Amino acid sequence: MNLEQLNQKLLAAARCHAPDDRVPFAFEKRIMARLASVPVPDGVALWARALWRAAIPCVAVVVLLGAGSLMVAPETPANAGISSSPAPAELSQEFENTMLAAVDQPAALPEDAR
Amino acid sequence: MERTDTELINAVLGGDAASFEPLVQKYLPRVFATARRYARRESEVEDIVQEVWMKSFQKLSTFRGDAPFEHWLMRLTVRTCYDFLRGHQRNRETTFTELTEPETDWLDRFVAAPDNTSEDADGARQLVQRLLEQLSPSARLVITLLEIEDRPVKEIARLTGWSVPLVKVRAFRARAEMRKLLAKTAREKYL
Repeated sequence: MNLEQLNQKLLAAARCHAPDDRVPFAFEKRIMARLASVPVPDGVALWARALWRAAIPCVAVVVLLGAGSLMVAPETPANAGISSSPAPAELSQEFENTMLAAVDQPAALPEDAR
Repeated sequence: MERTDTELINAVLGGDAASFEPLVQKYLPRVFATARRYARRESEVEDIVQEVWMKSFQKLSTFRGDAPFEHWLMRLTVRTCYDFLRGHQRNRETTFTELTEPETDWLDRFVAAPDNTSEDADGARQLVQRLLEQLSPSARLVITLLEIEDRPVKEIARLTGWSVPLVKVRAFRARAEMRKLLAKTAREKYL
């Protein structure tokens, strides 16, 4: 059997039979009804949903950071001066200083200028 | 006086959703004909058509108007049909063992006298439909557009969103896939 010829015959058969373009009765009405039933996207609702979704990873990061700062070993006389990681109290103080650096800066500047 | 496509689209974008209905009425036959190339069951065809119009309504603001609305709509239709094929590829038939009587008759006639076999026969139509249903989604899409609808490669690239070299590569693979399927049919039936 000549497969190439069979292939060509079958493709020619497909070309001979163009698909039907008839439309079921009142199909456009069905589409319009479907479009009318689709809820209009509400901008505020979309923002609220996105923010709620973002809240979950934010809480996870806060929990992880909190757990991390608690798990840092406290500085004991044995490891004093060896460990590079700060004690929890020190860490929280440094964290606070970093967070408030932007607020403290303007107050510090005039003194430096003096 | 009948409003042009651009006027209707502007009205829809301006908030008059009812102006979408004349567009739907005008282009429904074309969308149905395209969907029937890729889906056999009428319920599936209707689902595809509905999906096309829902998408076109939602994405109407992305229509820039530098090409006719029909071109934009057909691109959306072809891509929706491709999504349909990809979503239903698990349901593809995997064997040729159960050929119908008209298919067997046509194949027998082809084997006996290849040059005298008519393409315009029911058996040939059923057989090619069965063959297309066994192709992978991309192969089916590219064979339909390139070999059956006889569209140029550039137009296929525009319709599918694939690059021109990708269309050529997929066409090459699709032809090979089709030849392999035909060889399998011939082996199952005549050896």
